[in-house]
Amino acid sequence: MTASIATGQTILVVGGGISGMTAALEAAECGKRVILVEKTPSLGGRTAQLYRYFPKMCYPSCGMEINLKRIKGNPNVRVMTMTEVTAVSGSRGNYAVTLKVSPRYVTENCTACGECGKAVTSEVADTFNYGLSKVKAAYLPNAMAYPQRYVIDPSIAGTAEGEAAKAACKYSAVDLGMKEDTVQLNVGTVVWATGWRPYDANKIQPYGYDRFANVITSVEFERLCDPHGPTGGKILRPGDGKEAKNIAFIQCAGSRDENHLPHCSRICCMASLKQTQYVREAYGEGENAGKSTIYYIDIRAIDRFEDFYQMVQKDPTVSFVKSKVAKIVENKENGNPILHGVDTEGYHRYDTEHDLVVLAVGMEPEVTGVKLPDDIILDSSNFIEGSKDGGMFGAGAASSPLDVNRAVQSATAASLKAIQVIHKTASTEAA
Amino acid sequence: MSDLNTQAVARYKNNFLREVEERVEEGNMVKMCMQCGVCAGSCPFGPHWQHSPQKIFMMIRAGKREELLTSDSMWMCTSCYNCIVRCPRKLPITHIIHGLANYAHRLKLVPKGQPTRDVTKLFWDNLMKVGRINELTFSLALYFKDGLVQGIKNSLAMQSAGLGLLKAGRLNPMEIFGGHKCKEQSGIHRMIAKAREIEDGRRGLLA
Repeated sequence: MTASIATGQTILVVGGGISGMTAALEAAECGKRVILVEKTPSLGGRTAQLYRYFPKMCYPSCGMEINLKRIKGNPNVRVMTMTEVTAVSGSRGNYAVTLKVSPRYVTENCTACGECGKAVTSEVADTFNYGLSKVKAAYLPNAMAYPQRYVIDPSIAGTAEGEAAKAACKYSAVDLGMKEDTVQLNVGTVVWATGWRPYDANKIQPYGYDRFANVITSVEFERLCDPHGPTGGKILRPGDGKEAKNIAFIQCAGSRDENHLPHCSRICCMASLKQTQYVREAYGEGENAGKSTIYYIDIRAIDRFEDFYQMVQKDPTVSFVKSKVAKIVENKENGNPILHGVDTEGYHRYDTEHDLVVLAVGMEPEVTGVKLPDDIILDSSNFIEGSKDGGMFGAGAASSPLDVNRAVQSATAASLKAIQVIHKTASTEAA
Repeated sequence: MSDLNTQAVARYKNNFLREVEERVEEGNMVKMCMQCGVCAGSCPFGPHWQHSPQKIFMMIRAGKREELLTSDSMWMCTSCYNCIVRCPRKLPITHIIHGLANYAHRLKLVPKGQPTRDVTKLFWDNLMKVGRINELTFSLALYFKDGLVQGIKNSLAMQSAGLGLLKAGRLNPMEIFGGHKCKEQSGIHRMIAKAREIEDGRRGLLA
């Protein structure tokens, strides 16, 4: 048990993605004390795993760099990685929070020199690449990881390999004796920026994500296109490593479906429109051009991005089919997925073969299936609306399916509400 | 054409959607369709029927009354329920399709000789006679529905199956004289008449 100096004046932000970082920084830059806890070993969340943003097609690393600089320069923010909230009790202005800190087996002495990684041979799935590649069991979570500190996977902590990693470290940064720790905190307010996860595509049985290697999800496609991803930015399909040029994007994979996620995930249309431009970027126009086909119910390019949709509509490498694909079968000879369905504009029946299928999977709250404090109010899709006592708030994609831009706006709003709680607490304590 | 049909045309004018909502089983769910096409793509009948469920829902909204009610599409449904299972809006598609078939039959708009309708009607009439199905008279009625010559051909084709059933004691030739009956037949008839009255009242189909 570790003691802490947090008080009713402190804001706890749960989740270190773009929303959590924003909420923490906005409050910290107003002079409030903030504790930012993150479950994984690094800040950045799912935003850091994107290749580019829509609509400007700029890189997430740019904004990450700015936010990390703000965090490093602000003594009001205390970042705790590999930390989860296990219990919250109390009420607005005075919450008692229990945190569970998992062992990283690497201390602050780490300089990210990488010697431990070289000393280790076994590999684990690289979660940063959604499992599309493997990484050494002593690893840096990603190139821009914050803190810039290695992690030793628990699977080798008690083994000879763990000892080898320890022996290779010149800075005595490896501590294989680290144990799981519990931390008790008192805070005045909690901002839940727990984010989202891609809907489990295995549940959409007719699309065969679990059966066909060349059916992947949109988040995996982001990693395939990223030069820092598992294929060095080449669009190589997982089935046979061949270059995929004729790519289908299936919208509403899980979203707007009473059997899966009843809500519209909002971002997927723009994400697929954006991803067609990755294909264009990879193969150019003319003879060697790639081909993107978007299968959709209706394109919802959330309000002011309609111009982006119109731009993609004019792109000769992109075509649109108004139809929710009914099922996918695999061409056994070449591993190509064949899409079956009926198109709404004329009711033509199609069976179209593609090199690769990208499922634009919906956004599910990361807290789905997690026991939250009783006071938390969830909507019908498990997005966090707030708490009954008005002392806890949802921020970003934890509160609604949002793109990065809107998640930042939502987080700033949540931060302001949290600051108001702290102010009220302060005036009550003074009185 | 029938009086009921003339009445319906006069009553609903061009608003076929409202007619379906009021008069067809689960018809009020038709407007929930978002035209995604999963039902059409999931139907095992594939291209073998004129109008897929997706198209039928659009035809209802577009007021294609005659075209739909006189088509044989609703009669092709085998009740596999694939469309209901897959529909992202959980529309009771199979029920609506059967509702439309029933409604077209009531309005006497079904094309003459529509086989599914004819078999269904033979089954219903046979059942209503004595309150239970007489398999022998039902089979014979089915074989001879297209005339004497075709009936003899059908019977000969099914000869071995019939004899097999006879040997196994699964077919009693004496059933031809009326066979098993339910005890209180008039009670059953009154029950069915009442049920129909209630349902027709609910759907505005009473004369």
